[in-house]
Parts: sequence; structure tokens; C-alpha cells
Amino acid sequence: MTAKLIQGYEVVIGFETHAQLSTVSKIFSRAATAFGAAANTQACALDLALPGTLPVMNKGAVQRAIEFGLAVNAAIAPVSIFARKNYFYPDLPKGYQISQFEIPVVQGGSVEFFLGDEKKSVRLVRAHLEEDAGKSLHDDFVGQSGIDLNRAGTPLLEIVTEPDMRSSDEAVAYAKELHKIVTWIGICDGNMQEGSFRCDANVSVRKPGEPLGTRREIKNLNSFKFMQQAMDYEIRWQIGEIEEGRAIQQATVLFNPDTGETRAMRTKEDAADYRYFPDPDLPPLVVAPEWVAQVRADMAELPRVMAARFVAEYGLPEYDASTLTQSKAMAAYFEVAAKTSGQAKLTSNWIMGEVSRRLNAGDINIDASPVPASRLGELIARIADNTISNNAAKLVFDDLWSNSLGSFSAASGEQASLSQIDAIIQAKGLRQLNDTGALQTIIDAVIAANPDNVAQFKAGKDKALNALVGQAMKASQGKGNPSQITELLRSRLSD
Amino acid sequence: MSTDLHDLTLVQLSAKLRSKDVSAVQAATHFIARRDAHAHLGAFLATDDATTLAQAHAADARLAAGENAPLLGVPIAHKDIFVTQDFPTTAGSKMLSGYRSPFDATVVAKLGFGVPGGVPGAGMVSLGKLNCDEFAMGSSNENSAFATVKNPWDTTRVPGGSSGGSAAAVAARLTPAATGTDTGGSIRQPASFCGITGIKPTYGRASRYGMVAFASSLDQAGPMARTAEDCALLLSAICGPDLDRDSTSLDMPAEDFSRGLNQSLEGLRIGIPKEFFTDGVAPDVRAAVDAALREYQKLGAKLVDISLPRTELSIPVYYIIAPAEASSNLSRFDGVKFGHRASEYTDLLDMYKKTRAEGFGDEVKRRIMIGSYVLSHGYYDAYYIQAQKIRRMIADDFQQAFTRCDVIAGPVAPTVAWKLGEKSADPVASYLADIFTLPGSLAGLPGMSVPCGFGEGGMPVGLQLIGNYFKEGQLLNTAHQLQLATDWHQRQPELSP
Repeated sequence: MTAKLIQGYEVVIGFETHAQLSTVSKIFSRAATAFGAAANTQACALDLALPGTLPVMNKGAVQRAIEFGLAVNAAIAPVSIFARKNYFYPDLPKGYQISQFEIPVVQGGSVEFFLGDEKKSVRLVRAHLEEDAGKSLHDDFVGQSGIDLNRAGTPLLEIVTEPDMRSSDEAVAYAKELHKIVTWIGICDGNMQEGSFRCDANVSVRKPGEPLGTRREIKNLNSFKFMQQAMDYEIRWQIGEIEEGRAIQQATVLFNPDTGETRAMRTKEDAADYRYFPDPDLPPLVVAPEWVAQVRADMAELPRVMAARFVAEYGLPEYDASTLTQSKAMAAYFEVAAKTSGQAKLTSNWIMGEVSRRLNAGDINIDASPVPASRLGELIARIADNTISNNAAKLVFDDLWSNSLGSFSAASGEQASLSQIDAIIQAKGLRQLNDTGALQTIIDAVIAANPDNVAQFKAGKDKALNALVGQAMKASQGKGNPSQITELLRSRLSD
Repeated sequence: MSTDLHDLTLVQLSAKLRSKDVSAVQAATHFIARRDAHAHLGAFLATDDATTLAQAHAADARLAAGENAPLLGVPIAHKDIFVTQDFPTTAGSKMLSGYRSPFDATVVAKLGFGVPGGVPGAGMVSLGKLNCDEFAMGSSNENSAFATVKNPWDTTRVPGGSSGGSAAAVAARLTPAATGTDTGGSIRQPASFCGITGIKPTYGRASRYGMVAFASSLDQAGPMARTAEDCALLLSAICGPDLDRDSTSLDMPAEDFSRGLNQSLEGLRIGIPKEFFTDGVAPDVRAAVDAALREYQKLGAKLVDISLPRTELSIPVYYIIAPAEASSNLSRFDGVKFGHRASEYTDLLDMYKKTRAEGFGDEVKRRIMIGSYVLSHGYYDAYYIQAQKIRRMIADDFQQAFTRCDVIAGPVAPTVAWKLGEKSADPVASYLADIFTLPGSLAGLPGMSVPCGFGEGGMPVGLQLIGNYFKEGQLLNTAHQLQLATDWHQRQPELSP
């Protein structure tokens, strides 16, 4: 692996991500998991750790963990164990967190993605089930803290990578890909602001070839932007420390978005002894092979599987296939448009280019695109059948985009939209001149008017032809088909 | 008419209720008076006569409507380890003083008036909550934060523990029946010390939902009453799956244990573990146990010599695993959400420290410290993991033994009940006295204590019977046959006032 060095240092990053699972009820109780309810209204006797309450596993949480494992090609442990992580904190009602420790349900696997056009693969160590803690409210009361246990017991899947990433860009690309996977398969709503998807980044630096440096863990990164800022700051800070001759101390740090800095909250010396041991209230979690097979059969097509299909079925380059499977909506949009147009690569170019540019500019999701996939497909079909040029199609697209909202809702049938596109082509006079006779006249005029270029071309200067094509396009007011003009010019000049 | 109600066994009282010779309200009233007359025994921690009588009226209504359930209207009292809506629950600890649970333990609901939306309960009338060692930690009931329970046979002696209040109340006939919990012998040993019958079922047969947890992998509920026949009725009502509330509950259907009580013991192979008959057993206990074994031979049973070679190891193994689990289970008592909180503190850590220092008694603190130590980094493998391995071997030893016998018999405890205060200064001495009940607990096997005679100071001696998994019916029949042939279980202590 060739890594980009910063001031001669190689960056090493590993991630731990907490994805909140999209179950209706909590991991060990029947209380609801919905976000935003009034404090402590979604905390039942078990969530309050009242004496005599016992945890009962939510099968839906296990199912989601299995789905994740299958999505990243991991092994699903036939038997995994829940342990207790013991520590005192007011928002941890039992005085311990139930979490999988030694034997997690999801083992291994990898996440693959493109960084620019370079394909990357980050290996996963594991993904384990655990319960979330409650929240301490330090600003709601004067002189005392409040506790809200609504979040206590919310199911989490903690996804841990190997230290495989070599830049903050790569780490952010990994996080985005992981986010895509969990939302794609629907095990997590991916809402980062509400804390449904939060990352801890373990960052260290070293001189190439040296053993791993001491890491610092940046906790609770809940936006891709902060993630990048935090890691970039941390990398610079660590290099600065080492360059100044100071050793890095293992620590947990927090990123402050206001200052853009990271700050240590605790060092290894303060690390608690969590006294992990298997939770005697929960028998080993047994996942039968039949269950895994059933989950596999019921799962929607995974992004990487779909990308492979796009390559095989539509002949797309891998990069295109990967980009088009960024979300289910984009993939669906592509498939409809490509089937309508019959031109997969051209459709892919349009979606990654014009369509994405317009969507991003307007901050619009592709499933709410003002130009529906089928209409884009019809437009591309008009390029394919030489009715209009690619450039002319952009003008039609602009028109469809700005006039679509509301105007054509009544006439959404295929016929209606087809004639709509043709009507725009007609109205704007964009139809290509495919008539050889008419083009011949233009070409003869261009040859007569540009004897210098003609002479240069005949003398072997191929570039001179481009100037002639340009002149002919201009004379056709852009309606000429450039390849047809080139061909006609060549044949006439070689007479 | 009602003066001798307390002399009836549960089965006899049940018959009178169903024949309408006695109403549930009459029975409750009788036992309330008797309970109050013997309050000095320290058996009860919480009572509420209005609640008791309301339950009795409800039972009478069901009886009047023609319901014919055997336990309907029979009084019972619950160990204060079971959480209850109608009475406060303390687990014998200052930490939970005044705590009121918003729900009933499954065992309490099944014996009483059911869970909302679930099956109706057996309809037993609760006389209140019974004293116990704090968080069920102890074998003399002297670790209760509230009162010392006295042994009804000799009020200068301990009743045993941790279900000491339950055993004393049944022995003194303050209630026909009680619930207990057994982690390392807490049903069997006090039953033995007080001359009553008690059974701990196979781990997982009775729901742990609503039991204040001591050691989760060992805690198990069971009935304590005067006879095996009474226990069979109660255990039938207690057992059964509770999969939605307790993940360690076994998916085994409830069973009518009373139906198998009249089987002949002809050919029954009773295993006699040599490790249970050492010099460590007091001669008076040994003599009573031997006499019971001779009785069994007369009933047609065969005695088979067996070995449980890791019996002694069960003491260190238990006193690693149980405190380890307890240290974690008791973390929730932190003063934040419920229970005791120190009145003055400077910050969060200080609040934790003072709350727990004030709320817990010495034995609980001792076990939290032991448990925290054996789970801590660097010691976990040497203690906890090692103990788990030996625990597995102990369970295997039993399976080996059960290839050669049907039930295992021996003493419940090496001695009869000791004097109050005698072992308080030496916790290890009382740990050692658990030696015969711990192996079965660690293996998760059903076990019971059956009165089999009297020893030093006229104190009762209990015979321990241990069965294989799910052989509660066989155990109860084995005990019942002894009780048909002997009258040890019918003897009663003379109460002073």
C-alpha cells in the first residue's frame, strides 16, 4: 500500500462506529426507541434497572446484526456472548453496560469503496451488539444534573475496523461507505445529528516502516465534516508533538467544532477496569445457520452485489457502478433511465454529471428529482437516435428541470412526456441536421471560404480539419451532427 | 373452631377452604393474629392487614363462584427478596428501606392473583414479607438490616439463612407456607435448622423475574412448608416458563407434582456420597441422617456408595462466582434512581461512596469486594475463569454419580442450628457450613431438605435429597414416602408466649 506522507509521516487510522439499530423497541426491554420523546417517558422498569428486572433479547436487533454481517461478507458467529462492562455513572442505570466482549456476533468482513478512482478495502475486526446508555442533562437544572433514560437500552451495533486507513480522506470515505451500507440495508436510519451513527477515530502517525505509533481516540464524531476536521487537526497535532520531541500519550480526546481542536478527556492512566464477565442473565446468543440463510434470502440486493451486476449487465466501468450504487434511490433511478434509453454508459454519464450537479446545487434527493428517471431515459434516447446532440440535450434537460414542477403532473403518461421532449426540441429548433444534402451545401461553402485550412489539411496537418468542422457546425447553427460533418468533410477533401 | 387452623398442613387447610368449613377471611384473620402474637421471632418485615384481608375477600369470592383451585384462599408469606406491589420490598437491606415495586415477581403473581392480562394466579392470600439475610447473603439471617430472626425451637439460636424468616414462620406455624430463594442453600439450610420441608427446583424452572438478584446463575425460588405434599402443591404453581421476562427461564411446561407422590420406593437407588459423611459432620446430625437412610432401606430403597470428589472445592468456587455476580448485580444501588441516598455529599463520587457505605451491611460489602477483586484485570483468569471450569466439573461429577443412583442423600448442614452470634465474627466459619448445599447449587440441580430427627439441644436435623435435572417429582415422592413412615415433620416447637 502506498501511502501519502505528511511531513514524512504516515497516518494510520482505525474506526469504531456506533450504529443505532432501527428496532421499534429496546434491545432488552419493550420500551420504545423513538427519538425526541419527553425525558424518561420511554424508560420502563428494566431501563430504570429496578430490582427484579431481567433482560430479554430483542430478536430484531440480532436480525439486523446478521444483515450487517452478510452485507460486509463477515462471519456470523453461531454462538456469541453478552458480557457486563461494569462502571458507575448516573446515566448507566444498572451500573454495567451489556455488551458483547470476547465473542461478538459479527466477525471479520470488509468495506470496499472508491477514494477518487482508487479502489480501497478496509478490513473489519468485528461488529457487536450492545445497549446504549442514557443521557446526563447538565444544562437543564440549576446546581444539579438531570438524567434522561429514554436512550438507555437502545440497541447499538459497534463496528470496529483494523487500522487500515492511511489518510483522513480515506477514513471519511470509509465512514460514508459504511453509512451507505447500514442505511441501504435499513438497519439504521443513519441520522447523524440525532446520534444514530457516530464514529470514534483512532489516529496515530509513524515514519514509514516503523511500528504503529501511539494512538489517540477521537470520540463521538457525528458529522463527516467534523470527522475530517478533527482527524486533520489531530494528525497535525501529533506530528507537531513528535517533531518537538514529545511522545504521544494514549488518550481519549474530544473534538470541539467551535475551535476546530481536539482535547484530551482522559489518558490511559485513568482507564477504568471494567471487570468484564459473561452476563449470567443472558444465555449465549445462538444463531442457527437456518436463520442466517433466511436473512440472506430475505435481504434486498446489496450495494456491492448490485454494482457487480451493473458491470456485468450494463457493461459499466467499476467506478460508475460503484458511484451509481451510492444509494438505493440513485441505483433505482439509473436502472429506470438506462432501460428507457437503452444507453447504459451514456445514462451513467448523465446521472453522474448533469443530474448530480443539478441535484447537489439544489440540495435535492434523487428520488425527488424534478426530472424523473424515465424522462431522462427518453431524452437520452433522442441523443442515441441522433435527433439531438448531447449539448442540445442539456438545453432540453434545463427546460424539463425548470418547468417540471407542477406543469406536467396531469400528463405524466409516456406518450405525454415523449411528445413533451419532442415539443421542446421542436420549439427550441434543436433537431440535428442529419440531411446529407443540406450538410453538403454547408460543407462546400466552408471549403470554398477557407482555402488556407484546406491547403494545410491536404499538406497532412490533421488539426486543420477541426477548424473546418467548427466552421461547418457554426454554419449549421449547432444543429449539424459533428461526426457526420467530419466524415463528409474527409470524403470531400480526399476526392 | 379456628384455634387449631395453624396446626393444619396446607393440604388440610385447603380441603377445609374448599368444603367451605373455613373461609379465606377466617383463615387470614387467624394467621394475622398468630403472626402478631409471635412478632418477637422477627420473622416478618412488612405486613398490611387491609391488603391481606382484601386478598382473602377476593379469594372467598372466587371460592363462592365455584373455583376449585387447591391453593385458593390459603395464606402464604413471601421472602422479602421477591418484589411486591402490595407490600414494601427491602431484601433485608437498609439500601431498599421503604422501596415499593411497581410490579410483582412472577412467583408472587403466580401464587397470588396473577399478572395483569395474564393467567389468574393460584389465589393465595399474602400475610406479608419475610425477613432474610441482606440480599440473601448469609446462612444465619443475622445479616438482616432490620431484625434478628430467632429459631422457634430455641430462640437463642439462629433460624438459618438466608430464608430464615420463611423457615421460622413456617416452623412456628405463623403461616402454612412461605416462599424462599436458594442460591447456595438458602432454602434447604434454614428448612433443616427449623425442622420444615423445602425444595429448590432445577435452575431455570422457576422464574427469577422479580427476585432481587444476588447471584444470577444460582438464584432459584422454591416453596417452604411443613410437608413434601404441601411443597408439591406449591411448586406446581411456582414452576413454568416465563420466557418474556426471564431469559434463563426454561421452556419446560408446568407440572403437577402432587400426582406422582404415591410411588413405591422399591428398588430406588439412593446415592450416598462419601464426601458428605466425613468427620466434619457432627455426630448428632450423622445419627439422624443414618436413621433416615435405614428407614429408606425399610421402604425398599437401595443405598449405593458414590463419590462427589470436588465437594470441598465447591466452597471456594461458590465464594468466587456468587460474589462476582453479586458485585455487579448490586451496582444498581447507587443512590441515583431509587433506594437509599446519603443525605449529604460533596460530589458524585462522594454520593456513591456514602450511599453505599451507609446502605450496605458488612457481609454485603465483603462480598462486593471479593467479587470486584476476582473480576478485576489480572485476577479474572486465575479466579473467575478457574472457578467456572471447576463448576463445570462439579456438574459432571453429579452426572457421573447419577449413572449409578436415582437420588443422592446426605446431611443438609454439618451441624444443627448454632447460637445467635456464634459465627458472626468469623464469616469463613459460616461459609464452610455451606459445604453440602453448594455442590448441588453450582450444578443447578434440584434439592430439598426433609426433617429427619433431632440432635443436640433438641434441634431439628434435615436430610438433604438431591435429584437429577427436572426430577423434582421424584424428589418430592422420595420425601413424601419418608414422611408417611416417620413423624419428624409433624413435631412442633413450643413457643414461649
